[in-house]
Amino acid sequence: MASKAKDALFDPVFKRNPIALLVLGICSALAVTTVFDKAVVMAISVTVVTACSSALVSLIRNLIPNSIRIIVEMTVIASMVILVDQLLKAFLPGIADQLSVFVGLIITNCIVMGRAEGFALKNGPWLSFLDGIGNGLGYSVILLFLGAVREIFGSGTLTLPGLGPLTILPLTADGGFYVRNGLMLMPPSAFFLIGLFIWGLRTVYPNQVEKD
Amino acid sequence: MQPNETISETPQAGFDPNSPVGTFVVALALCLVCSFVVSFAAVALKPLQEKNAKNKMMRNVLIAAGIWENGKHTDADIPQLFQNVSVILWDLPEGETTGSQNTTLNLDDYDQQKAVSTVEGSIAIPTDLDLAGIKKREKVSRVYIVRTADGGIDKLVLPVYGKGLWSTLYGFLAVDASTHESRGITFYKHAETPGLGGEVDNPKWKAHWADAKSPLQLRDAEGNVVLDVTKPGNANQPNEVDGLSGATITSNGVENTIRYWLGKNAFGPMLDQLASGTVPFTLPESGSADSAVDGVSNPEVATPTETATDESSSPTDDEASTPDAASAPANETTN
Repeated sequence: MASKAKDALFDPVFKRNPIALLVLGICSALAVTTVFDKAVVMAISVTVVTACSSALVSLIRNLIPNSIRIIVEMTVIASMVILVDQLLKAFLPGIADQLSVFVGLIITNCIVMGRAEGFALKNGPWLSFLDGIGNGLGYSVILLFLGAVREIFGSGTLTLPGLGPLTILPLTADGGFYVRNGLMLMPPSAFFLIGLFIWGLRTVYPNQVEKD
Repeated sequence: MQPNETISETPQAGFDPNSPVGTFVVALALCLVCSFVVSFAAVALKPLQEKNAKNKMMRNVLIAAGIWENGKHTDADIPQLFQNVSVILWDLPEGETTGSQNTTLNLDDYDQQKAVSTVEGSIAIPTDLDLAGIKKREKVSRVYIVRTADGGIDKLVLPVYGKGLWSTLYGFLAVDASTHESRGITFYKHAETPGLGGEVDNPKWKAHWADAKSPLQLRDAEGNVVLDVTKPGNANQPNEVDGLSGATITSNGVENTIRYWLGKNAFGPMLDQLASGTVPFTLPESGSADSAVDGVSNPEVATPTETATDESSSPTDDEASTPDAASAPANETTN
């Protein structure tokens, strides 16, 4: 059972990455990854919401009427997201401002729903919690990768939470050598980067490649 | 194994969640629990959130005025930093009027952002005047007045907003009360492209607006708005500032926003009067609220020096026509 818990926690990071393999949760991965610290907060928020809502759904899974189970899952998830949104607004107002509407959109993040429906309904709360954390981590890996690459090549900086922007590549506008890549700041660049990430991942894990 | 598993694995005897009644019971219970949790969080955290929102506004006023130093000041310093800032409510021009001080609304309760979305609090902007592309605006605006050490008027911090490329930019503009040079600008809410139009937040660009050595002229002596946001690198006149590279539409949006808000349909008439030496408003008598707490009710003891004040402690009863307000040092002109 210990290995099952470990699998639930670590498999989704690379072996069953929700974005790279299941291609869930793409929209927020495009939207909040132009600056690194936003990506960090989004990653943490999604991880917390996925873990807690999976655990809650799992806890009441034998009481959930089959006919309304998706609505029940949605209600639990939506309540969790509102809670996270309210807490961010109260205690981290600066970051809540930046994420603005995207926190609310965690409700529609397919990863959360996907784990509740696909895992939590069939497994115990503890395992579901770990699975939620694991999938949150898998989402986080991609988000942090996108955030770092897009900010460094798009703006020449890397903004760590609480530290402000650090200059990595001095821009020509400020007397440096680097001409910023405007594409990196646009949503399509996230698609290209996710594509590259998937390519790398499937080179390491050839069994992820779909058969024709 | 998992401690919780045993609890949830045991179905309640005689209760079938899949029966019609069971489905209703579960749905009802879940809704009750969730709505309780959500409303509890919303109510319990509301005071904190409102305080954050208010601090954010005040912080941005201070940033525009050049009083706030990033990394040095925290939200706890705001009341102290606001000591030299007075706040008034100003009726913006409507039709032929030129605007005047508002004396009916309560400074503490007035929600300017909400007013824009109400019928009674907002007014449509005639299309030929709507440079900022905002269609309607509030009737009454807050004006933040930064005072000199002897109680005179140093600069005004005006709330401004207008359309950029993707979004409406909301910010504050600090204007010198007599010369109408820019003293600073900040935008606290927008959704422009990060790295391009989003560079309106860039401290290096904002520094052009607060440059004391080569000040940026916003209006000329006749009261025309002369500000010109040029193509990047082309600014060489006192009324020109470099636009943001790769963000022509955002740059033009900033220019048009300021052209509107300093123009005759907004703060223009007030600025004209200030430049000609008349002060069209009565400043709240800073500190009188605090001295009233000490039992000092005699208005004659009001001294020219500013005592502690902040937005929340501004007295509401000494606006405009009270006789003691006429003798307040705040009423003196700057010239």
